[in-house]
Amino acid sequence: MATKQIIHGVFGDEEPLLEACKKLRASGIRIKDVFTPFPIHGIDPIVGVPRTRIAICAFIYGITGTSLATLMMWYMMVHDWPNDIGGKPNWAYYFNVPAFIPITFESTVFCAAHGMALTYFLRCWLVPGAKAKNPDPRTTDDKFLIYLELNDEQSKKADEILRATGAEEVNYKGTLTIEPKY
Amino acid sequence: MNTEKLNFVIPSKAKMLSIALMVIGLICIALMFAFDKQADDPEYHHTRAWANIFAGSFFFMAIGLAAAFFLGLQYAAEAGWATTVKRVIEGVAMYVQWGVSILLLFFILGQLQVHHIYHWMLSGVADAGSQHYDKVIADKIGYFGVFWWIRTILYMIGWSWFTWKLVKNSREADKLDKDTNNSFHWKNIKLGAWFMVVFAVTSSTSSWDWVMSIDTHWFSTLFGWYTFSGMWISALVTITMLVVWLKRLGYLEYVTESTIHDLGKWMFAISFLWTYLYFSQFMLIWYSDIPEEVVYFQTRWESYKALMWTVFFVNFAFPMIMLMSRDSKRNFFFLMFVGTIIFIGHYLDVIMIVMPGTVGHAWTGLSWMELGSFLFFLGLFLFVVLRNLTKAPLLVKNHPFLEESLHHTT
Repeated sequence: MATKQIIHGVFGDEEPLLEACKKLRASGIRIKDVFTPFPIHGIDPIVGVPRTRIAICAFIYGITGTSLATLMMWYMMVHDWPNDIGGKPNWAYYFNVPAFIPITFESTVFCAAHGMALTYFLRCWLVPGAKAKNPDPRTTDDKFLIYLELNDEQSKKADEILRATGAEEVNYKGTLTIEPKY
Repeated sequence: MNTEKLNFVIPSKAKMLSIALMVIGLICIALMFAFDKQADDPEYHHTRAWANIFAGSFFFMAIGLAAAFFLGLQYAAEAGWATTVKRVIEGVAMYVQWGVSILLLFFILGQLQVHHIYHWMLSGVADAGSQHYDKVIADKIGYFGVFWWIRTILYMIGWSWFTWKLVKNSREADKLDKDTNNSFHWKNIKLGAWFMVVFAVTSSTSSWDWVMSIDTHWFSTLFGWYTFSGMWISALVTITMLVVWLKRLGYLEYVTESTIHDLGKWMFAISFLWTYLYFSQFMLIWYSDIPEEVVYFQTRWESYKALMWTVFFVNFAFPMIMLMSRDSKRNFFFLMFVGTIIFIGHYLDVIMIVMPGTVGHAWTGLSWMELGSFLFFLGLFLFVVLRNLTKAPLLVKNHPFLEESLHHTT
């Protein structure tokens, strides 16, 4: 059974926060999360957040949209009831491909965009009625916060680094007990 | 920062290459006039040779023009990301003066009946008694003739002046120790915004006047945008490849990977703009099926089918697949490889715009003639652009967004 200390390092500006993040990571401390009032460019690699995989999702959703649109138009316009529009009878799908391209395009964009947004909301659990998961409400105003979960030995080191880099407060927010899995 | 690498010196190999390209191209152009004949047609004035010369001079002039547009756009939008590569954009944009001079010469030769690229320039085309009388052209001859020449001269002077002034202000700002109130930058913002207005109108009208009027009987309201998107993507490819090449040589060390990534995104995005307009023009004409419009694609479908498909896939599917991932847009080899291919692809697009209206069904496929003319203008373009790059330090001074651009991250 391991006990971990929850630490909030609160900063007044982004520069010392980035500095603290770099030093924490350099001394082998894992940063659980960072909360800031506004997005900070280029913070991801410094905090150690892995690259987003949403692009892969977008590609899959896009391909799904392309396929759905093709299937739909093939069924409606060719298979179920062949339409003759402007003297261009739909005896086969490939005859009138140009006419189908706009809908294919729109459907691809629609599915990719909506799929990405929904994935993002579900992954972050931003559903209706969800409670805010903010450790300190001041981060929505003017404070920058590093959230850490560390064992005793690392806590001491982190405390030193946070104070040395200019943290305004280092708050200890109790402990977290992690049950071993086996 | 390494101050020695701020001033560009043309590598002797690059200079040799550009001169060699021009020499080879000139030989090819000379040979074109000897070989390009049609025994059964006495009115054939080396049309294919002249069409190739037009395609080359227009394509590279358009690259300069679109670079000038891109430069003005950065100012009008007050965008900071491209400040570190601004001198490269300026270097490409300054080619526009050379480009329009060559085109002017070409048009004068046309008016003197030396070549027969523009059917409406033929004397007697609007006289009811003449053997060359053409009713359709006679009905719209008021738009051509003197009015056409006034417009042409205005475009040429306007574009050259705006480009010259934008670049001049940028270089003037470098000479100051400190530009405290950003006076030159404000001047350029105004100039850039005005250039956007002028360019929005003239890019369309000039493409009607110079390119669409080759097929005098035909018209398309999308044509201006189609040509514009083609020139924009070609210019972006040129700028990106120059930046990557300069970085490889050790210049532009302060250009971040994110700036290159953004240039890659532009290449990717404008490839789609081009595809969108190319396809829209085709689809609307294909769907409505009106004979006077469809004739344009009929010629292409009958005699230029391979070229038409090549242009479409090389300029659409190829950049889409190759530049889709983030890593490929940050990989210098990828950008160079894809850039080279779609640069050629868009030259072929211009060939496909010009040839069917001039050479028509006599077309025998791509040959050394197209290559020769391309090489000559490429050599000239490289020669002029590289020389432009030496005229000023590669990094701007006193630009309010310089600091932002140096730390640009995406």
